[in-house]
Parts: sequence; C-alpha cells; structure tokens
Amino acid sequence: MNSIMFLHEFTSQRLHLYYQQQKESGVKSLMNGLRRLFKFAPFMAVFLFLAGCGERRLTALDPMGPQSQWIYDNMILSLYVMAIVIIVVFVLFFIVVARFRHKEGDNEYPEQVHGSTKLEVAWTVIPLFLLAILAVPTVTGQFYLSNTGLEAQEAENEEEVDEEELDAESAEELGDDVMKITATGHQFWWQFDYDFGDDSFTAGNEVYVPVDTKVAFVLEAEDVMHSFWVPALAGKVDNIPGIENYMWLEASEPGVYKGKCAELCGPSHALMDFRLIALEQDEFDEWATAMQEEEEAPTESLANEGRELFEEQSCLQCHAVDGDGGAMGPSLANFGDRETIANYLEVTDENLKAWIQDPQSLKQGNNMPAYPDLSDEELDALVAYLNQLEKLDPETKEGLERD
Amino acid sequence: MAETTDLSKGLPSHPEKATLEGKNKFLGFWVFLAGETTMFATFFGTYLGLRNGTGSGPEAADIFSLPLVFIMTMILLTSSLTSVFAMFAMKKNQFKKMKIWMWVTVALGTAFLGFEIYEFVEYVHYGLGFTTSAFASSFYALVGLHGAHVLFGLCWISLLLIRYNKSGITLTNAPKFYVASLYWHFIDVVWIFIFTVVYLMGIGG
Amino acid sequence: MVREATNTLQKSVLWDWLTTVDHKKLAVLYLISGTLFFLKAGLMAVFMRIQLMFPMNDFLSGQTFNEFITMHGTIMLFLAATPLLFAFMNYIVPLQIGARDVAFPFVNALGFWLFFFGGILVSLSWFFGGAPDAGWTSYVPLASRDYGGLGIDFYVLGLQVSGIGTLVSGINFIVTIINMRAPGMTMMRMPLFCWTTLVTSILIVFAFTPLAAGLALLMLDRMFDGMFFIPGEGGNVVIWQHIFWIFGHPEVYILVLPAFGMISEIIPTFSKKRLFGYTAMVFATLIIGFLGFMVWMHHMFTVGIGPIANSVFAIATMIIGIPTGIKIFNWLFTMWGGKLTFNTAMLCASSFVPTFVLGGVTGVMLAMAPVDHLYHDTYFVVAHFHYIILGGIVLGLIGATFYWYPKMFGHKLNETLGKIMFWMFYVGFHLTFFVQHILGLIGMPRRVYTYLEGQGMDTMNMISTIGAFVMSAAIILLVINVVYSAMKSPREGGDPWDGRTLEWATPTPVPEYNFAQTPQVRSLDPLFYEKIHGDGTMKPAEPIGDIHMPNGSIYPFTISLGLFFAGFGFIMLNMENAIISPWIVIAVGGIITFGSMALHSVKEDHGYHISKETVEQMEKEVGTNG
Repeated sequence: MNSIMFLHEFTSQRLHLYYQQQKESGVKSLMNGLRRLFKFAPFMAVFLFLAGCGERRLTALDPMGPQSQWIYDNMILSLYVMAIVIIVVFVLFFIVVARFRHKEGDNEYPEQVHGSTKLEVAWTVIPLFLLAILAVPTVTGQFYLSNTGLEAQEAENEEEVDEEELDAESAEELGDDVMKITATGHQFWWQFDYDFGDDSFTAGNEVYVPVDTKVAFVLEAEDVMHSFWVPALAGKVDNIPGIENYMWLEASEPGVYKGKCAELCGPSHALMDFRLIALEQDEFDEWATAMQEEEEAPTESLANEGRELFEEQSCLQCHAVDGDGGAMGPSLANFGDRETIANYLEVTDENLKAWIQDPQSLKQGNNMPAYPDLSDEELDALVAYLNQLEKLDPETKEGLERD
Repeated sequence: MAETTDLSKGLPSHPEKATLEGKNKFLGFWVFLAGETTMFATFFGTYLGLRNGTGSGPEAADIFSLPLVFIMTMILLTSSLTSVFAMFAMKKNQFKKMKIWMWVTVALGTAFLGFEIYEFVEYVHYGLGFTTSAFASSFYALVGLHGAHVLFGLCWISLLLIRYNKSGITLTNAPKFYVASLYWHFIDVVWIFIFTVVYLMGIGG
Repeated sequence: MVREATNTLQKSVLWDWLTTVDHKKLAVLYLISGTLFFLKAGLMAVFMRIQLMFPMNDFLSGQTFNEFITMHGTIMLFLAATPLLFAFMNYIVPLQIGARDVAFPFVNALGFWLFFFGGILVSLSWFFGGAPDAGWTSYVPLASRDYGGLGIDFYVLGLQVSGIGTLVSGINFIVTIINMRAPGMTMMRMPLFCWTTLVTSILIVFAFTPLAAGLALLMLDRMFDGMFFIPGEGGNVVIWQHIFWIFGHPEVYILVLPAFGMISEIIPTFSKKRLFGYTAMVFATLIIGFLGFMVWMHHMFTVGIGPIANSVFAIATMIIGIPTGIKIFNWLFTMWGGKLTFNTAMLCASSFVPTFVLGGVTGVMLAMAPVDHLYHDTYFVVAHFHYIILGGIVLGLIGATFYWYPKMFGHKLNETLGKIMFWMFYVGFHLTFFVQHILGLIGMPRRVYTYLEGQGMDTMNMISTIGAFVMSAAIILLVINVVYSAMKSPREGGDPWDGRTLEWATPTPVPEYNFAQTPQVRSLDPLFYEKIHGDGTMKPAEPIGDIHMPNGSIYPFTISLGLFFAGFGFIMLNMENAIISPWIVIAVGGIITFGSMALHSVKEDHGYHISKETVEQMEKEVGTNG
C-alpha cells in the first residue's frame, strides 16, 4: 500500500509541476508553439473544427477543469501517435493501389515473395515504441484520476488520533480538507448529499460546487446502474448498487455545466441529465448555509395555499423541501433555482403543470405518480409554492454563465 | 468405417483410437472437456466471489460436515479407480470383466449422488435454502451442477452398458466406453476441486 | 445429375434439408438464416437512426428504442455475424484441407439447428410483451428480476440454446482441422482461413462456456430467486460484468479472426501473389487469440476496479495492437509488387485494410484507461466498434460472398452492380460512423433514444442518419444482385478466379463427397503449386474407390426442437397466466431432447457407400460441366 500512496503523491506532484511550468514559460514556448503550428497545421485545423463542435460546458473538447484538461491533452497525444500509424498505412496503401495493377493480356505471375524477416521485425518493434509513449501516461494518469484525496485524508485523520504531536507542516496539510459529496443515481434523477459533519443536507438534480476546489464524489446507486459524467470537467465513473465508487473533479470557471448519465438505466436514460453549478467560494458558502435552513411558510397567500396542498397530496412523502421528507424523489428544497424541470424540460409554469398532471408522457418509466385531478387553481397554487423555494442569492443567480 | 477394418487378428491394442471416427471422438471429447473446465471455472469464480456474501443466512463454517464429505470423496475416487479397471479390461478384450467394473462404477456413483441429496436436504433443514443468500445460491449452483454431471454420467454409462450388453467389444463401442470413462474421471477431478475450494476452505476460512 | 446419383434421390426436398448432414448444405442454411437475421437487425438500425435524425424526435419511445438497441446488438453478433461466418467456415474449410466432410457431420447439423431454434426463441419475445431491453450486455440489475421484463428471459434462454449450438460447432471445427487434413496438408501449409477458423473455434470453446455459465446464473436469479446478482443479500452485480466480458471480448475476436482469414484468401488471389509473411500471420493470429482472453476488464475501466487493475489491463490491451499491425502490413506487402485486379471481392478486401486501421487506432486510444473515462459508453465507442464490425467483419463477409459465390452457387454475382454496391456501402459507412466519434466527444452517451436541442448534436446526427440510408440502399442492391445474377449470370467452372487453394480444385457444383480421390498436397497454396510445377490439377493420394458417406438424420432437428420447447417452458415460469403448466412444457422438451439423444446413441448408424462406378460416372458428368 505504501508504494501506491507514494505513486499517488508522486504523480500528482509531477502533474502540478507540469501545469505550473506550462503557465510560466509562456513566452519561450510561444516560439516553439509557432514552429509546431507550422508542422501540424493540418492537425490544428482539425482540432479547431473539433473545438467548434459541441456546446461549451458540455463538450469534452473544450475542457474546463484540470482533470478534463489532462484527458484532453492525452487524447491529443494519442491522436498524434496514431496519426503516424495512419499516415504510414494510408501512404503505403495508395501507392499499392496506384502502382500495382493487373494489365490486360499480362498472364505472367509476379514474383512469389515469401516474406521478409527484417520487415516483420521492423513492424513489430516500431509500434512497441509508439505504444510505450502511450503506456506511460496511461499508468500515471490512471493514478491521477483515481486519487480523490479521500483516502489520504482518512489516513491522516487516523494518524492524528494516534500521534498527538504534530509538527506545523503536517498540521497545514490537514487543513487542506477535501470536500465530499455523495451522488446517488435513481431512475431517472440524481440525489446529491452534502456532508459537512453535523450540517448535512440534500439537493436534487443540481449539484453546486465551489470553483477552483477539488471536490470528491462518492458514487452510489439506488436501483440500477448509472454513470456520473460531466464531460467538460472530468471522466465518468459508474454508480453501482451495493458498491461505493469514487471520483473527483474541479471546475476552473464558475458557471452552469451539463452532466449526463452514461450507463443505460431504463427507458428514460436519455433524459437523466443534471447540472453542475460552480460558484465562487463565498457564494457557495452562502448557498450551503441557505440550504441548511428550515423551510418557512411563504408570505404570499397563493404560495401558502400551494404549501398546504403539497402536504395534503402527500408530495412530502417522496420530496423533501428541507432536511426532512422522503427521498423517493428529488429534494425540492431549492426548486425555484432549477435550470430544468424533470432534468430536461425548460422551466415554465406550463411545463411544470404538465409534468405534475402526467409525468409518464414526458418521461417514460419514471416513478412519480400522476395527478390528473388537480384543478387549475390548485395547480397554480402548487406552482407558486414550488417556484418560491429559492436558496440562491438572486444576484448570483443572475450572474451565472450558462453558455 | 467399422466394418472395413480387419478384425481377423482380434482387436488392436487401443480399440478406442483405431478408427478415424474413434480418433475424432477422442480428440473432440478432450476439447469438450476443456470447455467444461472453463464453465466450471466460471462457477468456481462466482462461488469465490460470493462465498462471503452470506447476508443474514448461515455461513460455510456453520454447516459443512467434513466427515460426510470425506466419505463422499472416497466413494467418488474409488469409482474413478474402478472405471480405470474397466478400461484395462477393455484393452485386454475382456468384455465381461469390463462390464462388471463399469457396473461397480455406476453403483458407487449412485451412492455418491444419494449422499449428496442427503447433504442438501440437511442443509435446507439448517436454514440454508437456495434463495437464502448469495453464498447459498452460488454453493448450490456449483455443487448442484457437479451433481447434475454425475447424474448425466450415470445415465450415459448405464445406457451404454444396456445397449451393448451382448455385443462384446467392437471398434464402434470401444470409443464410446472410453469417452464415457474419460467423462467420469473429469467429474472426479472437478469434485477434488470442490472438496478443496468449497469444503476445506469453507471450514478453514 | 450429381445430387440425384446418390441417396438423396429418394427423399423429398424438405426432408432432405431438415435431415442433411452435408457441410455444404448446412453452409447454405447458415447463409440464408444468417442473412435474414442480418436484414432484420439492419432494419432495426435504420429505425433507430430515423429516431435520432432530429432532436427530441418521437418516432420511437424510449422503451421501444431500448428494445431495438438490444435486439440489434444481440442479433447482429449472435444470430447474423456468427452464422454468416459459419456458413463460409462450413463450406470452405473442409474443401481447403482436402476433406470429404467435417469430423462430426451429425454434430455439425446439431450446431445449425440449435443456433436456428435459439434465434427463433429470442425473436419470439416480440410477441410476448416486448423484446429484451437491457442492451446486448444485459447488465444487472437492469436485467435482473426486479427491473427487467419478460424479454430478458427470452434473451437468456434463446442465447443459451444458440450458444450451445455455436459451442458444438466450434468443437467440430477444431477436430476437423486437426484430424481430417489431406495427406501433405501440414499445419503450416494450411490456408490462413483454416488457421483463423481453428483459432476462432478454440476461442469459442473457452468463451462460450463462461457465457453459458453466466446465462445459467442469470436464469437462476430470474426464475428461481437466486441471489447471485442481488445486492443486499450478499450478491454482487459486477460479477455479471466480469463473466459477460470474459466471454464478450473473445467474442469480438471470434468474429473478426475469420474475417481476417477471408481477407488473407482474397488478397493473394487477386494480387496473384502468395501471402506475404505467412508464418508471421499464423503466429499473429495465435497471439491475438491468446491475448483476447487477457483484456476483458478494458470494458470495465469505469467500474472502479482500481488503478492497478486498470493499468495492467490497459497495457495488455495496447499490446494486441502489435499482432494486428503485423497483419495489416503483411496484407499491404502481399499487394505490393502484385498484379491487382479490382473486382468487388478485391475492393472489399483491400479497402478493409485502411478501414480496419481506423478502427484499430481508436481501439488503442480506448485502451488508455484514464482517457477511456471520457470515451466509455459514448458514441465514440459506438463508432469504434462499428469501424471494427462493419469495416472489418462485414467488409470481409461481403468480399467472401463475392469470392466464394461461384463455388457455392455455380455462378458469379454481377460485377457492375457489385461495384456500385461497394462504393455506396463504403461511402455510407463512413458518413454514418465517422461523425459518431465526434458526437461521443462532445458529450453524447451511447444508448440514448434522443438528445436535446442546442447541444451541437443536430447536424452530425442528421449526417449519420443519411449515411445509414445510403448503406441500406447498398444492402438492398446486394439482394437485387443475388436475384439478378441467379437469372442472368453464366455458369462458371470449378476455378473461375485462377485460385490458389484446394477448394478451387473441386468441380462446380461440388459433389457430395467433395473429392473423388483425396488430393496429395505438396505446398502452401497447393493448386497454385500444381499450376506452376505440375499440370494444373491435384495429384490423387489414393486410388479411386467406394466412398463412405454419413447418413442424414432428423435427430439434430428434434434435439434442438426439444431444447426450444424446454427453453420456452422456462420462460413460461415468469409468465403471468400461462395456458398450461410450464413444467409440462419443460418436461415435453426434455423428453424430446434426451429421447432423441438416447435414440441416436443406441442406433448404430454406419452411413452408406457411394460405389466406385457411381463416382466414376459422376466425375465424368461434372467434367463436362466445367
């Protein structure tokens, strides 16, 4: 185990250094960059084209965090290496196709060559080197991705109990806490549990994280397998019932990121999207405090009616509006801040009403019962109640970047 | 093929491999056993993966009875030995002797199967049903699969013995008997692994 | 005529086909049923592409779409690609090694009927409340009793039955190739197609048995409340993934190796050169086959088995790139310096090389475990394996069809139609699948029935669907070609391509006994050797005489039918209101199966002999034919 820990540390240090160097030696590398640009101009064109595809904060071709950046860089590295193979094969192929053709009336057999040991050795050994180039980042990268920091933290916590005397250095390290969120997959929504010791709370379908902070995710599943994926920030890891998985991510810019479930989980697998919202640290703290507050009766009378209905219709059995309530459906504590309804619908009153009346037609196979008998007034009241369940500072909400 | 071979000087020393058909059966059966091995390996793997998944049910060490299993092991080992005697007899063209040894094999196999059924019934009484836990399921699947193989082997050998009761050893039935005894050895080898992996490891941890 | 001279004369046509144990007739049966399954699954693919044409399209519901992806994958791999490859393996391998039949003609027929009834069983699911819907991998818990519907039961039992068929066929091929070779046909003189068939068959023996075990476990879970894959009472859902991929990865090589073999036959023939680096090709095949079992966990990089396991399996996967590269370069150098004729078969075979390289390089990219956290379960993977399967296996199959068609059916397929078909297929294929790489990278997971607007996926999905239309048009053209050629193409002799291997030394149509006299093989590419060093015909290794042939038998059909009933009976256990007790159906099926087996075992069937005179007369007839 010690050697693994060492590898962990080693890799993350190296990677850290790597990124610092990248930043510092900007000017020097500009010349190199230009030279490279000429060499690989055609590739660059392809990459520009690729980067042009897809939506910012969704596509993995426009990485927005250190992990996705690492993945992107190494994908490009592998593309370069593979380009060598492709070029060699295609050049050979087109030469063959152009040069060696059978001509009418030529009945001679060509020379029956048996083979060539030298060539065989060549195309065995050269690819070995090419693969070696890829094998090194494969191993180091896997440790980099798997290192959530949770394990190290636990080990240190244990040490703390064992040894009372701590020198200043390790005390500093201890302060470097990893934030932990448990992401649980359900058919077809996400539950995010924030663990701040005594002050824990639950959010549904939208996960808020502080920007520029490494966040560790514990992945679980309630029913079938799911897979937690924010393409612009990190690689995916599966949520498996009965098993705890771990991953981490870090967002370098505030904004609203799109996440997806990447493992087939039933009829509405395609609609199991979620949002990851990265906030500045102070804004995040504010939000987290708000989330821990108890739900209060709204001042507006319509919304108050809605609140009563919400209890009458036993919505509370499945949906929590603060720490209490069931967990069969997503927590609605901050429903008013939602970017989507039912993970994909645009936030409008009409959509919300349609959803309450007949969820099955909008999202096949989900577990929410239909409420077709609610009158228009009742629906209005419910909508008014739900829409005022806001936890995010209005200014912050306004300033969120969505594309 | 069979009738074209010259039998005037008696059977060749390896009657099971004397014809192309016999050779094909011989090789084909070995390949089949390779496949069977992989299948059992998968069941073993599943058992090893799930043997600690006892849930709320009893654990291996609580229920396994080594003396019973030891007796079963001895019975099956002996039956393997008697089938070897039968094959020796076949190569010497002593049909009657072969028949007797084969029937002894069948008798021992039946005894083994009886003990196994008794064993399963006992476990169910102790509260280890097939659906009790993942450990129970994988245990019954692995040992039950072996039991099914024993049952199939018994039917097969009996059928051969009845069918060729009066025919003597021929180039047609020699490969069949040979292959059946090969199958029987295979079952025996699998049991050795079950004895070790399931019972000894179950009791010893 | 040839067929009438032997004992098939007395039988009706239907009875003859039901009871045949002739490897050539079974090959035709495989070809027809494989093609039908291929068309069915292809149609599903077109429907799925129509659904994905526009964002939030409602042509198919999510549930139906899931049933389509599952059936498309399951049918294509188990019930289309496998039998189509088996068709050629059955027809060609005995001819190429100079044998009169396979080692176990009875088992050969059994293999076909098991596959056939297994396929029917899977397809029946549509009529009993819906097809399986958990993907061709049927990951638990989505496929376990709490979440998966009756369709999964059809998947489990149908694949179990057809899997046994594949397994026994595999055993048969191994014994045939090892024991039945003509005199002088040493292992290192065997055509590469025989080698790949041998390695594929070995893989079948070691891969389909874990599948059988896994399916049995899933069946116990679903029908008898087993606890294997139920988390909570100690069960573990990841075990299913391990078992499935221990089978599933070799399965890829089971399919692609015979395609490699076909390419290795077609390219030398139309380059008029012997295969470059034959020995290296043989060993590359063996190494690929071996490594195929060492890499299954690369399908599970995101399951969380730890960085060490991920790294080990990543590197093992990369190493497979090397023997594959050896093959690619050997094909290129076979063509180098040759005199290439570009007919449809050669177009497919030669374009296979660069296309397969594109699939191969994405394979190496996927092998980088940490980067695979991005690719896994996205359209990038979909693009990758379609480049392997369509650009590899299907191109190989189409090439093989054009190449061996005159041997199997006595006439060539039309070349003009063939070339149009090839270009349509090739262009359509790249249109469909190239953009899917990028779709995956910009965030489109696989197996999604729809996608939202404004995610930059609209245009590329449209392109992909158009490509799929072009590809289907090409397949329709192929079907037209088959019908057109049957009416218009002239009859061909035994050796229409100036062939190099033994199958071209037989007359067309191939007589029931293949070779009147077993040929004496003197070299690799034996027929070509005789063309250069002899008079162009094979030297016989034995005098002409009576030929022993196996009798037809209905038991393969009844054994399979019994298993079909038994399988259906097990499915009925999960049906809510079965008309009769499932146990009766299971018992009836069991009695038919085991009864047939016992009858077959008890009845000694020594076959029959074609007399020397008949053989001589038939050879004369065939001689005038071609």
